[in-house]
Amino acid sequence: MTMAYTKRTKDQLAQRVARDMFDGAYVNLGIGMPTLVANHLPAGVEIILHSENGILGMGPRPAAGREDYDLINAGKEPVTLLPGGVFFHHADSFAMMRGGHLDICVLGAFQVSAKGDLANWHTGEKDAIPAVGGAMDLAIGAKQTWVMMDLLTKKGESKLVERCTYPLTGIGCVKRVYTDLATFECTPQGLKLIDTVEGLGHAQLEKLVGLPILPA
Amino acid sequence: MIDKVAASVAQALEGLPDGATVLIGGFGTAGIPNELIDGLIEQGAGDLTIVCNNAGNGDHGIAALLQAGRVRKVICSFPRQADSYVFDGLYRAGKVELELVPQGNLAERIRAAGAGIGGFFTPTGYGTELAKGKETREINGRQYVLEAPIHGDLALVKAERGDRWGNLTYRMAARNFGPVMAMAAKKTVASVHEIVPLGSLDPETVVTPGIFVSRIVQVARVATQAGGFKQAA
Repeated sequence: MTMAYTKRTKDQLAQRVARDMFDGAYVNLGIGMPTLVANHLPAGVEIILHSENGILGMGPRPAAGREDYDLINAGKEPVTLLPGGVFFHHADSFAMMRGGHLDICVLGAFQVSAKGDLANWHTGEKDAIPAVGGAMDLAIGAKQTWVMMDLLTKKGESKLVERCTYPLTGIGCVKRVYTDLATFECTPQGLKLIDTVEGLGHAQLEKLVGLPILPA
Repeated sequence: MIDKVAASVAQALEGLPDGATVLIGGFGTAGIPNELIDGLIEQGAGDLTIVCNNAGNGDHGIAALLQAGRVRKVICSFPRQADSYVFDGLYRAGKVELELVPQGNLAERIRAAGAGIGGFFTPTGYGTELAKGKETREINGRQYVLEAPIHGDLALVKAERGDRWGNLTYRMAARNFGPVMAMAAKKTVASVHEIVPLGSLDPETVVTPGIFVSRIVQVARVATQAGGFKQAA
């Protein structure tokens, strides 16, 4: 019997990711859906947001009319600087990443393999102009790389796969995958369940993903 | 007496030969030395290799340089933007070569050039298309890729304030690639909005010491324009 379940909305998913952030964490939120996490950080915890173009202590978008385009995030949108926030150059910024100083990085993905390989920079289409930005540095740099994505493509195919078919961004770098239907851990043994939305059974989830999932 | 102040952009850029490699600061539209790029277009050197995080916005700056047919190759991390149509067209037509480099590797390769490092092993990009054909090595159980420094013949940097010794301060996130590019070129030209008397920059806040700077030139302050981003869905 198939039970009824409701997908997490984008904001609910962002809320779910934010719930796992801890006080004092240095966090980089990737372009796109991950930036929503900033709107849902739990009250009473202090999270320091990093932007790879040279900001620590990044604050929200300024009020209309107060934009300063020398103060932008990695997506080139205007942001603000919190008290205590600082600026630095690009080599230092990526040293923070590559050097393992960031606690958490949240990225979008086209595909993630059960063992944590990530594909999120290029669909491999012949006429597409490739652009990588900081994706490869982010993927392997933070102490924990989390992915935030819809579990299924618009065609209903699982984006969690045994092996990525899109060009790789990094190998074995993803620790957790937060999706609209369930949360997973990538382990050397494969996928391990953390949680699912209410009403979605284990067997039903395995069927959607098409891979074995170790129980929570 | 040392006086690195140039009377004009044209004077600061004199003598750049065809085939030069030019490092150009900026991320998105922040920190792009637009007046110096306009000067480069005026100056006339062609067959250039441009090293910059992005490959131009709209019809101005690097996009205009590309459109003028002066660029043979672009080394960058993120050419494709919402308004990078000039680069997109030239690339699709096979008229400009692209070397795509992960952003942190780009910054570090430039830094390495400035610091006299002959190459370095980085974990970024290991096992991906962008590391194809490159030497790899396992160090303490982790896999690394050998990356080479990127030297410039000329670096164009946008700073905020400078003095006649070439000491520079920057403004907010417009700093981005400026400090590492300033180190990595045979000649570095910085635009500043204000040239101040020697001794008036707080030495604790100077980001680029003058030793890395060849010429500084004053340009009018123009607010940085938006560009390069997609409106959130």
